[in-house]
Amino acid sequence: MSAEVGQFALILALLLALVQSVAPLWGAHRGDGVLMAVGRQAAILQAAFVALAFGCLAYAFVTCDFSVALAAQHSNTAQPTPYRFAATWGNHEGSMLLWVLILALCGGVLAAFGGTLRETLQARVLGIQGLLAASFHGFLLFTSNPFLRLDPAPLEGRELNPLLQDPGLVLHPPILYAGYVGFSVAFCFAVAALIEGRVDAAWARWVRPWVLAAWVPLTLGITLGSAWAYYELGWGGWWFWDPVENASLMPWLLGTALLHSSLVLERRGALVSWTVLLCILTFSFSLMGTFLVRSGILTSVHAFAVDPERGVYVLGIIALTTGLSLCLYAWRAPAIRSGALFQPLSREGGITLNNLFLTALCATVFLGTFSPVFIEMVNNDKISVGPPYYAKTFVPLAIPLMVLVVLGPVLNWKRDDLRALGKRLWMPAVLAIVVLVLAVMFNGLTGLLTAAGLGLAAWLVAGSGLVLARRWWAGRAYLGRSIRTTPRAMFGLTLAHAGLGLLVLGITGVTAWDSDKVLSMRLGDTVAFAGRTLTLTAFETVNGPNYEARQARFEVKGQGKPYQLSSEKRFYASAQSQTTEAGIRVSPLGNLYVSVGDESPNGVIVRLWDHPLIIWIWIGGFTMALGGAVSLSDRRLRLGAAVRNAPAAVQTAAAE
Amino acid sequence: MRRLLFLAPVAVLVLVLIGFFFGLKRDPSLLPSMMIGKAVPAFSLPPVRPEDRGFATTDLGGEPMLINYYASWCAACRIEHPLLMQLREQGVILHGIDWKDKPELGYKWIAERGDPYVRVGSDESGRAGIDMGVSAVPETFVIDKQGRVRYRHVGAVTREVWDTTLRPLMEKLRAES
Repeated sequence: MSAEVGQFALILALLLALVQSVAPLWGAHRGDGVLMAVGRQAAILQAAFVALAFGCLAYAFVTCDFSVALAAQHSNTAQPTPYRFAATWGNHEGSMLLWVLILALCGGVLAAFGGTLRETLQARVLGIQGLLAASFHGFLLFTSNPFLRLDPAPLEGRELNPLLQDPGLVLHPPILYAGYVGFSVAFCFAVAALIEGRVDAAWARWVRPWVLAAWVPLTLGITLGSAWAYYELGWGGWWFWDPVENASLMPWLLGTALLHSSLVLERRGALVSWTVLLCILTFSFSLMGTFLVRSGILTSVHAFAVDPERGVYVLGIIALTTGLSLCLYAWRAPAIRSGALFQPLSREGGITLNNLFLTALCATVFLGTFSPVFIEMVNNDKISVGPPYYAKTFVPLAIPLMVLVVLGPVLNWKRDDLRALGKRLWMPAVLAIVVLVLAVMFNGLTGLLTAAGLGLAAWLVAGSGLVLARRWWAGRAYLGRSIRTTPRAMFGLTLAHAGLGLLVLGITGVTAWDSDKVLSMRLGDTVAFAGRTLTLTAFETVNGPNYEARQARFEVKGQGKPYQLSSEKRFYASAQSQTTEAGIRVSPLGNLYVSVGDESPNGVIVRLWDHPLIIWIWIGGFTMALGGAVSLSDRRLRLGAAVRNAPAAVQTAAAE
Repeated sequence: MRRLLFLAPVAVLVLVLIGFFFGLKRDPSLLPSMMIGKAVPAFSLPPVRPEDRGFATTDLGGEPMLINYYASWCAACRIEHPLLMQLREQGVILHGIDWKDKPELGYKWIAERGDPYVRVGSDESGRAGIDMGVSAVPETFVIDKQGRVRYRHVGAVTREVWDTTLRPLMEKLRAES
C-alpha cells in the first residue's frame, strides 16, 4: 500500500511543481499578487508531498516490504534497522528521491519564510525553483521510479552494498546532498535577478546565507567522505582524486569563491555579474557531481548503476538548466550596472584574486576529471589521470592561495597601503618564518617543501587568529565587552581560515613522513614498525549480524602504554561481497593503521601504515564547516533582520 | 566585444555537452583479459586427490567447461562452494586448480566439504595461475570446445553471475560447432 501512496504523492508533487513554476512567474510578470500567493502555497504543498513519498519509501525499506522492487534489491532482514533506513538512499532511485526531497524542502522554506523578500523576486525565485523540481520529478517518475512493485514478492531481499554499511555512510549522502541542492537556491536567485535585470545589496544579503547554508554541509560531507574512505576502503589514503570526489570538490571550490564574492557584492556592490555567473556555475557543477557519476560517463568506486538512457535525460537537464541560464546571462548581464570601483590593493582586490585562484583550481580538477572522456573521443586512447597530474597542477595553484588567505581579512575595503599592511601582519609572518627555519634545521634542506608546508600552516592559523586579536587589542580597555560584541561572522571567519591551516598541517605531515610495510604474519609473529612493535595475538572467525569475519588482533607496544588493535575482513553472504575493517589507533601526533588482507599458506597478509598528523586533515575540515555554521548563526545573516541593520553592519566591518 | 565575452560560458558549455554526449557511449568498466580468445597455456599439474592422475591441458576441449581456481586458505571460495556443488549435480563440467596451496590441504578441503570437480590439479607454485593472469582466488574461466579461454570471472561465482553470465555463455558455446 505504502508504495502506491508514495507513487501518487510523487505524481501530485510533479503537478504542484508545474503550478509552482507557472503561477508565480506569470504572476510576477503581471504583478498579480494572487498568482504569486498560489506559487507559495504550491511550494509548501509540494514539499509536503515529496516528504510523504520519501516517508513511504523509507517505510518499505525499514519494514522489509520486498514487494517493492527497490527494497528487495537493497534491504535485507539480516541487516540492522539503521542500515535498512540508510539503504533508502543507498541506491540510485532512492538517492534521487532524497535529492528531490531536499530541493522541495528548500522551496518550502523559501516560500514560508521569505516574507521580507521583495514579492516579485520571491515569486520568480520560486518559479525557477518549481521548474527545477518539475524536471527532477520527471526524471524520477519516467526513468528511475523507486516505487515499482515485484510480483511475486521474494521472501528475502538482497543487501545494501556492505561498503556502505557504516555509520559515516548513513550520514554522508544526506549531508552532501544538502550541500549540492542548497546551491540550487543561489542558482534560482541568480536566474530571477537576471529576469528582473536587477542585482542589489538586498539581493546579495539574501543569497549569502543560502550559499553559506549550502557550503557548510558540503564541507562537512566532503570531510566525512574522506574520513570514511580512509577507514573503510582499507587503502589508508584520505583523498584519491576519484571522479566522485572531484565532482564534490568542484562545486566546493566554486562555492567558496561565491561565498567570498557575494560578500563583496553585499558590502561594496562590486563584482556583480561575476557573482551571478558563479551562482549559475556552482549549481551546474553540483548537478554534474550528482549526475555524471551515474550516467556511465565516468567510472568510480562510488558509481551507481550505469544506464545510458538515464545519462541522456541527465544531460538534457544540465543542457536546459545551465544552457538556458547561461544564455539568459549572456543576454541580460551586460546591461546590469557594474559595481563600485576599488584599488588593486584592497579587500575587494584580495577577494578577486582569491576568486581567480579558486576558479583556476576548479578548472584543473575539471580537466583532470573529464579529459579522459574528451581524449578518447578525439583519438580513441584510453588514458587515466592520476595523482601526479594534480600534484603538478592543483598544488602549485593552491599554495599561493593559502598564502593570500591571511591577507584578505586584514585588508581594508576600497584601498589599502602596503606598508601599513606589513605592520599589521608582522606577527604571523615572523612565526611562520621561525617554524620554517626550525623545520629546516631538523630535516635539512631536503625537507624544504615539508618545512614550507609547516610554515604555511603556522601562517594560516596565526594569521587567522590575528583578526580576532587585533579587534580585541583595540578594545582592550573593555575586553569583556569587546569580546561579547564581536560579530559571530568574525569568529566564523577565524575558525574557517584556521581550519584550512590545520588541513595544511595534516596534509604536510602525512605526505612527508608516512611509511608503510606489507608482510605475511603467522600467529605469534612480532614485527617492528615505526617505533612500535606489533604482535599478532589472535586470528579467528567471528560472526556479525549479517556477516562472517576473519579477525586479526594485535598487541602494540612502544610509544606509551601497550594497547590492542584489531582488523578484520568481513564476508557478507547475502550480498556476496567482502569489506575490510581497518584497525586504527588515532592520536594527534599520528595514526597507526593496520589492515588484514588475504590469507595465504605463509600466514595472513598484513599491511601497516604510519600516518603522522593525518587526523588534522579532518579536524581542519570540520573546523572549516564549524566556522561556516558559526558565521551562519550571525544575527546579520539571519533572515529578515538583515534589511534594517545593513548600514550599521557596513560600519562595523570598515572600522574593525 | 564585451558581449562576446558574456557568450563565452555558453560556448564552453556547448563543447562540454558534446563531449559528454559522445562519452555516454563508452563503457569504461570494460577490463578485457589478455587471455580471451586464446588457447589455455599448456600445463600438466600433479594430483590433489591421492591416486589420481592430476589435471592437464589435454583434458580440455570437446565440450565447453569451467576451470575454477581455489585454495584451502581462501575464504571467498567457501562462499561459492555450495553453488559449485549444485553445478556438478546439474552435470556442468567443472575442473579445479588448487592454487598456491599444499595438495594435502587442498584435498582435505574438498574431502570435507564435497568435491565438485571432474579433474583437479595442484598448482603449488602458482605457475599455471600466472600464465592465466590469476592474481587472487577464486577465479573462474569459461573454456570452449576448442580449449580456448572465452570468459574470465574474478571473485566468487554467485547465483546471479551464473544465471546472467556464465550459464548463457556455456549454452551458446555448446551450440557452437
